Amino acid sequence: MTAGSITHPSAASLRDVMLNIKDLTKIYPTPKGDYVVLEDLQLQIMKEEFVSIIGHSGCGKTTLLTMIAGLNNISGGNIFLNEFPIAGPGPDRGVIFQAPSLFPWMTALENVLLGVKQVFPHASKGEQKDICKYYLSKVGLEDAFHKKASELSQGMQQRVGIARAFALRPKILLLDEPFGMLDSLTRAALQDVLLEVWEKEKITAIQITHDVDEAIFLANRIIMMTSGPRAQVGDILNIEFERPRDRKEILNHPDYYHYRKHLIDFLEH
Amino acid sequence: MSDIGISTKAMGKSGVTFSPLKVLKGFIPKLDTKAIVKNALISLASILLFVLLWHLGANYLFNIEATAKIEKARTEQGAEAAAQMEACILSGDVSCQPNTLPSPQQVIVAAQNLWADHLSISAKKTAFKAKVATTNADRKAQGLKPIKYTGRPSFIDQILTSIKTVFAGFLLAMFIAIPIGIITGLNENLKTAFNWLIQIFKPVSPVVWLLLVFMIVKTLIRDPELDKSFIIAAISVGLCAMWATLVNTSLGVSSVKTDYMNVAKVLQLSLGKKIFKIIIPSSIPLIFTGLRITVSVAWMVLIAIELLAQSPGLGSFVWEEFQNGANDSNAKIIVAMFVIGIIGFLLDRVMLFVQQSVSFETQ
Ligand SMILES: Nc1ncnc2c1ncn2[C@@H]1O[C@H](COP(=O)(O)OP(=O)(O)O)[C@@H](O)[C@H]1O
Ligand SMILES: [Mg+2]
Repeated sequence: MTAGSITHPSAASLRDVMLNIKDLTKIYPTPKGDYVVLEDLQLQIMKEEFVSIIGHSGCGKTTLLTMIAGLNNISGGNIFLNEFPIAGPGPDRGVIFQAPSLFPWMTALENVLLGVKQVFPHASKGEQKDICKYYLSKVGLEDAFHKKASELSQGMQQRVGIARAFALRPKILLLDEPFGMLDSLTRAALQDVLLEVWEKEKITAIQITHDVDEAIFLANRIIMMTSGPRAQVGDILNIEFERPRDRKEILNHPDYYHYRKHLIDFLEH
Repeated sequence: MSDIGISTKAMGKSGVTFSPLKVLKGFIPKLDTKAIVKNALISLASILLFVLLWHLGANYLFNIEATAKIEKARTEQGAEAAAQMEACILSGDVSCQPNTLPSPQQVIVAAQNLWADHLSISAKKTAFKAKVATTNADRKAQGLKPIKYTGRPSFIDQILTSIKTVFAGFLLAMFIAIPIGIITGLNENLKTAFNWLIQIFKPVSPVVWLLLVFMIVKTLIRDPELDKSFIIAAISVGLCAMWATLVNTSLGVSSVKTDYMNVAKVLQLSLGKKIFKIIIPSSIPLIFTGLRITVSVAWMVLIAIELLAQSPGLGSFVWEEFQNGANDSNAKIIVAMFVIGIIGFLLDRVMLFVQQSVSFETQ
């Protein structure tokens, strides 16, 4: 339960493992025969850990994430969440998709409320709304509660997406290249927002990214996946920067370039 | 690290709410007066050209018809009759005018006559109402039905009847097509079950629908008080026109974005919530596209159906004028044609407006 267990993985007891992926295999049947995307993939993710997954396009990152979310069938092996095998999707695993995928006919508040009502069905209407407003304010949208989602910019929509996921109070947060469609300024702003909310909530998070700097800035550990087919975990890099993190400090830190070189060397092979 | 959130706050404080879409919209309707004047001039020129061509064409047809008439008189009754016929045609006497495509002037005169006719019929109606007002009040007190005006309907009355019929047919189409479309869109098996029916009945001509509806309504509705021909016409219009809505609704419901469905799955929404909060709202734009097609199809088949069902309205007006064969009948038919076209256009505009106002897609 303590943050210390993360920095000393050897001391981690089974209780501190949030997500345990064992011998995970995924096969997509195609007209040209079966395509084995992942084979015997092993991965453990600790409580309160922020993990980034990096790998070449098409290696199976989205496949892995959707299987954890329960949106994609498992072909072989198991995924345990708190020691229980996952069965189907559920709000205990909040997902932030690459496209914001808000419902454009609803306001920002309604989009968040839809999930909050599901997770806190016994709370009063006012309490439910307060939860939504709290998280929307956290992501900097205190002026946009009642704006239609279709009126918001991509970046603001993704902020709502972040608020929606955190408001569910999930056990684990799954992010699939959440900032991939944004311009670099907005992306940096949203990384800050994400990190700020995450540091308050400490929800175990798995984020896919193809941005090396983003991975270093956000993660406790970076999982490098080998290229498919039959992709597996190729290498793992611990990022030891103190939290809360400051972008400028990290950029000036001597370790930064070692981490960066390590990742790029892996990706270039 | 400039940030949209920051600029939102800044602009919020200065009293301006920041919305990229609104900013964009602000620029689009900045009307370009030059372009409007130009477009108006082009339209005006093309209308004038159209009227000119129509005038020339009508003249040409008039001459052919007149020559044929004179020649016919010559061969059948001799040269004297031919000369008489020619003089008669030139004098403009209505008894011997060639019956052909009316000229623009004739159509305008016919339109004015129809309007005058409407005014005189309305005046008669008001007079009639005033006359029977006391009688009707007595009859009402005794529980009897009031006496109604039973005179000939005016052209405007016919138009209103047609609009009423098409509206009834449209409502019927909506209430049949949208629920069936939603159900077939949700369930693959039901879609298969309905598919053959849709594929076979969709191309059936309005006339056949009318006959089918006639067979059924005739048997079911025996109350002589009910306006059977109106019911038949409205139902037939609805059945002919509903297919576009049905197919579009079904398509919209079955093609909801996977992302939306994934969100629904993650949130473990109940089936009812899934349908009413996500599936139906996300298919609204396609449903309204279907409804817009339904309205234009309904208006188009209405005329033919009214004509055959002998239901009052523009269709029967056109048909009666054609049968009537009075000297200004053709001109009245052309007036009706323009009215039908313009109302069809307006209906489509109204639907387009509704369609755009329910659309939530970011342009
Ligand atoms: N539904 C599917 N059916 C068949 N092949 C798929 C399907 N989804 C993904 N794939 C294939 O699996 C591989 C991994 O896809 P994905 O997980 O999306 O990769 P990534 O997210 O790492 O870019 C790709 O080669 C892709 O073409
Ligand atoms: Mg992907």
